[in-house]
Amino acid sequence: MGSLTLTAVTKSFGATHVIKGVDLEVADGEFCVFVGPSGCGKSTLLRIIAGLEDATSGDVVIDGRRVNDVPPAKREIAMVFQSYALYPHLSVRDNMGLGLKQSGADAATVKERVAAASAMLSLDPLLERRPAELSGGQRQRVAIGRSIVRTPKLFLFDEPLSNLDAALRVATRIEIARLHRELGATMIYVTHDQVEAMTLADRIVVLNAGRVEQVGAPMTLYNDPANMFVAGFIGSPKMNFLAAGPLGQPGKTLGIRPEHVAIDRGQGAIAATVSHVEHLGGETNVYARCEEHGLVAVRLFGEHRFEVDERVFLTPDPARGFHFAEDGSRLRV
Amino acid sequence: MSSARTSRSRSLAAHGILMLYTVIALFPVFVIIVNSFKSRRAIFAEPLALPTPATADLVGYRTVLSQGDFLLYFQNSLIVTVASLAAVLLFGAMAAFALSEYRFRGNTLMGLYLALGIMIPIRLGTVAILQLMVASGLVNTLLALILVYTAQGLPLAIFILSEFMRTVSPDLKNAGRIDGLSEYRIFFRLVLPLVRPAMATVAVFTMIPIWNDLWFPLILAPAEATKTVTLGAQVFIGQFVTNWNAVLAALSLAILPVLVLYLVFSRQLIRGITSGAVK
Ligand SMILES: Nc1ncnc2c1ncn2[C@@H]1O[C@H](COP(=O)(O)OP(=O)(O)OP(=O)(O)O)[C@@H](O)[C@H]1O
Ligand SMILES: [Mg+2]
Repeated sequence: MGSLTLTAVTKSFGATHVIKGVDLEVADGEFCVFVGPSGCGKSTLLRIIAGLEDATSGDVVIDGRRVNDVPPAKREIAMVFQSYALYPHLSVRDNMGLGLKQSGADAATVKERVAAASAMLSLDPLLERRPAELSGGQRQRVAIGRSIVRTPKLFLFDEPLSNLDAALRVATRIEIARLHRELGATMIYVTHDQVEAMTLADRIVVLNAGRVEQVGAPMTLYNDPANMFVAGFIGSPKMNFLAAGPLGQPGKTLGIRPEHVAIDRGQGAIAATVSHVEHLGGETNVYARCEEHGLVAVRLFGEHRFEVDERVFLTPDPARGFHFAEDGSRLRV
Repeated sequence: MSSARTSRSRSLAAHGILMLYTVIALFPVFVIIVNSFKSRRAIFAEPLALPTPATADLVGYRTVLSQGDFLLYFQNSLIVTVASLAAVLLFGAMAAFALSEYRFRGNTLMGLYLALGIMIPIRLGTVAILQLMVASGLVNTLLALILVYTAQGLPLAIFILSEFMRTVSPDLKNAGRIDGLSEYRIFFRLVLPLVRPAMATVAVFTMIPIWNDLWFPLILAPAEATKTVTLGAQVFIGQFVTNWNAVLAALSLAILPVLVLYLVFSRQLIRGITSGAVK
């Protein structure tokens, strides 16, 4: 129903090259998440897929059809924006129905589909209101409702939850996951949020400075990152990067996740001083500073008492480590 | 407003200053209107006095309504002002939308070129404009005035409106594109309603100089059939004798239509002036 293929897509704004050659295959029905640091071109790539921006070169193929020259409205896509972008002068009902009406559907069909979408997202009590009379969470639900009315082949979400508070974010996230299951549609989702990416995605695309660093299932990226960038980007607290030499490890850098570093007051491989402790209840994060590796994060489960400035010893578990060469690429040893 | 944020003496002072300004600004208007209802002798004897039964005299209004064709002058002024205003708002908003929305070669240069008109008074080009109108046979037509005033009003309109249109969320326009709205629908239905306060501001700033202008009607359309109110009122100002009653009456009448137009826009205007400050 809605596969997507990008072939060697590039985008330049004048002399600034924002997308530097992206190849990507998204299968029908897949939930694909784009993550990457701010300014890496996630939104730009999404806008190219939507047709709101022309690619400088390369092809966009939706459902087997090359759509480079097809206007956004004819690409059979729907997009949900970070700022909701509801039409301020229309009621919720008309906001949801407008796209379908524009595409030439008759009034009965529009009514029926709006009713179905509104039932799905429990928007019925809000249908006659204007966007100004809704809360942020309700507005975003309406925006999502508007996107499903047209039964698009491809859903595009650009950080749809980042304007919501934490509780609403979780609720809406679950709602989106449910929608994906019920509609079985292809979804592409841009986010900054690790948890959103890990929990929603079938596959995550990690972007950096206009290039794809790695594509894979969340656990693949976590357990088998292709390079130092992906290793550092996925996971929170961030992976520790230790100098490999002094630890007798191959390569330039040894990457080790905070949960795979043991901390002990008596003995260990690296002497360090506790510089900060975070108590989260279920887990405790200890940040310790040492001479040759800088700040190292240690993640402990349960509650632990460590004092700032306390002397401790850290022992990375070499079996769980990742080795990286000088240029950041992964050394598989 | 909470009492923590308001101090009585400070708000009294602020209101005092505003009142003083209002009095100063309205004083000439007040003098014109008051004197338009007095006899000639009373105007000169006591210009600031209110009309009393002894001094009241409607001779000015009688002269205005009997001499010359003031109804026609009013009609001409209204046609010119409203038509120019409509053209300035429509074309100004469209140009501003193009400049703020589309990336094309020479966008900035075009914006600067259009804004240049704010700094260079159009009257500098009067001779050329007159030649142009003579050549195209538009002298003594209202169209000549409408064209000139549209040109005069566009630069400021484009400048102000393009700044406002840049603030309209790009997501909203993109949502419209994805829903299949044409660029015209996006412009008229999504963007224009959101910049309505700015449109009202531009409307008022455009309208008043056009209504009050004497220069171009005098040069381009002095014929009886195309006279505007301001030009029509000049017949009462002679080199040796000025019919002050008639002049003041004509000016008082001329205030009325702009006042009405202003009231139409003022609700929007107030929102326009304060829109940056509040929110
Ligand atoms: N219209 C434009 N003209 C010039 N440069 C642009 C334009 N739009 C985006 N850029 C640049 O392209 C780069 C990528 O922008 P983009 O919005 O895609 O980033 P992003 O990955 O979505 O970032 P964020 O996570 O902060 O939303 C940025 O460096 C930005 O400055
Ligand atoms: Mg973005």
